[in-house]
Amino acid sequence: MSSRAGKLVTSRSELNIEDYLPSGSSIEEPRGKLRLLDLIDISPTLTEAAGAIIDDSFTRCFKSNPPEPWNWNIYLFPLWCFGVVVRYCILFPLRCLTLAFGWFIFLSTFIPVHSLLKGQDKLRKNIERVLVEMICSFFVGSWTGVVKYHGPRPSIRPKQVYVANHTSMIDFIVLEQMTAFAVIMQKHPGWVGLLQSTILESVGCIWFNRSEAKDREIVARKLIVSNSLHGNVQGAFELGCTVCPIAIKYNKIFVDAFWNSRKQSFTMHLLQLMTSWAVVCEVWYLEPQTIRPGETAIEFAERVRDMISLRAGLKKVPWDGYLKYSRPSSKHSERKQQSFAESLLARLEEK
Amino acid sequence: MGNTSSMLTQYDIEEVQSHCQDLFEQQEILSLYQRFCQLDRNAKGFISSDEFLSVPEFAMNPLSLRLLKMVDALNFKDFVAFLSAFSAKASLKQKVKLIFQVYDSDCNGKVSFKDIMEVLRDLSGSFMSDEQREQVLSQVLNEAGYTNESFLTLEDFIKVFGSCKPEMDVEIPVD
Repeated sequence: MSSRAGKLVTSRSELNIEDYLPSGSSIEEPRGKLRLLDLIDISPTLTEAAGAIIDDSFTRCFKSNPPEPWNWNIYLFPLWCFGVVVRYCILFPLRCLTLAFGWFIFLSTFIPVHSLLKGQDKLRKNIERVLVEMICSFFVGSWTGVVKYHGPRPSIRPKQVYVANHTSMIDFIVLEQMTAFAVIMQKHPGWVGLLQSTILESVGCIWFNRSEAKDREIVARKLIVSNSLHGNVQGAFELGCTVCPIAIKYNKIFVDAFWNSRKQSFTMHLLQLMTSWAVVCEVWYLEPQTIRPGETAIEFAERVRDMISLRAGLKKVPWDGYLKYSRPSSKHSERKQQSFAESLLARLEEK
Repeated sequence: MGNTSSMLTQYDIEEVQSHCQDLFEQQEILSLYQRFCQLDRNAKGFISSDEFLSVPEFAMNPLSLRLLKMVDALNFKDFVAFLSAFSAKASLKQKVKLIFQVYDSDCNGKVSFKDIMEVLRDLSGSFMSDEQREQVLSQVLNEAGYTNESFLTLEDFIKVFGSCKPEMDVEIPVD
């Protein structure tokens, strides 16, 4: 009996999705002669589907945790009210003023420099870079951001790519205040998009639309941001660059820096940050890594991902952030089909 | 995060519970409701195909399209009833019935050779040829006492399963 259809094709090591599926759905390899029961018993596949309907690791990533209810009592409540007053009536106006001041300085310097120094690109770019760093510091200051940096400050070298775990635009601002990276970012609507087109162009950022995401060949020399350790960054790892991992971790006690982009606009999120006590986070610049001989791009990416998640104490999920907007590729279902077909054919041989 | 459990009254929960033959506890129904609201993004009262397919683990399941026909546009009560077959408390008959319904896509109470072939095709994809699938199916059908022209009913399915209760249990996460 020919079994030409049962040819194994594993040219690259893939992420093992099965490791991350809820346990209890492991398909045991049955043995013995094939019976009708074995053929029509589709319960393992159905169970996996039902498990996914009930709960899945991907949607869980994007669920914001409901705030823990406080234990209200006669002492806490007035204290909290006082805190609200301080936050909204004292801190918030101060922060708005600081931010406005920062913007004023920035714009009054940036616009002239941008138009007047059109001829001298290098000088202009350097000044603009410094200004971008400055405005980001103002932003961070406006949330009373307490950022602790660990590790050597990134230096600009060719063929260098930075990879960080990413929660929202906040990470970008936190990192940018230290060093003006160029970033590959999703184009946002509204005033953020305007900022992206004008000011950040000067730093060399590249925009894309997730719906046209085929064009991943474009690479910035500096920073690529990856969503919650999802795999948007395959391209960078394949290009033979040095990858410098950056781990960012927020202290949840002070404020939840998680931005549910579907539920809140960025403006609302910023306002929420500005009326909180502080944004406390730590940034670790980790040792630059290069691809080891014999390592595939995916293994390299995994290794960097492990480094970052270890530093930042995060959980790994094998999903690409793109899955938020589009379907998974047929690769995954094909793998399941392949293993089913192979086990069936193997059992058929057992007479 | 969508509607909270305050939208589901005790009366509602009991109604849903009796509709699924008490196979779920009240806490589990509440959890399922939270999940239902999470998937039903614009609070239409049902989950559309697109919303089901936005769960990557579901979309990459080989039987997702078949299951989609069964769960598409169900309201919460029927959604729970559908999932009740996956409760640990469900009987062998209830579980086999769901399996039967997956095969019987035209809902005429009979599963033909062609129906089983179609499911086999979904499960094995391009990794088996049609001839191989036919061969395997004919062989096991004949050995079980059926022919290629037989129509299997729910009773036949239950007979085939015998006392082997399908392992089809899913645990509902309760916060």
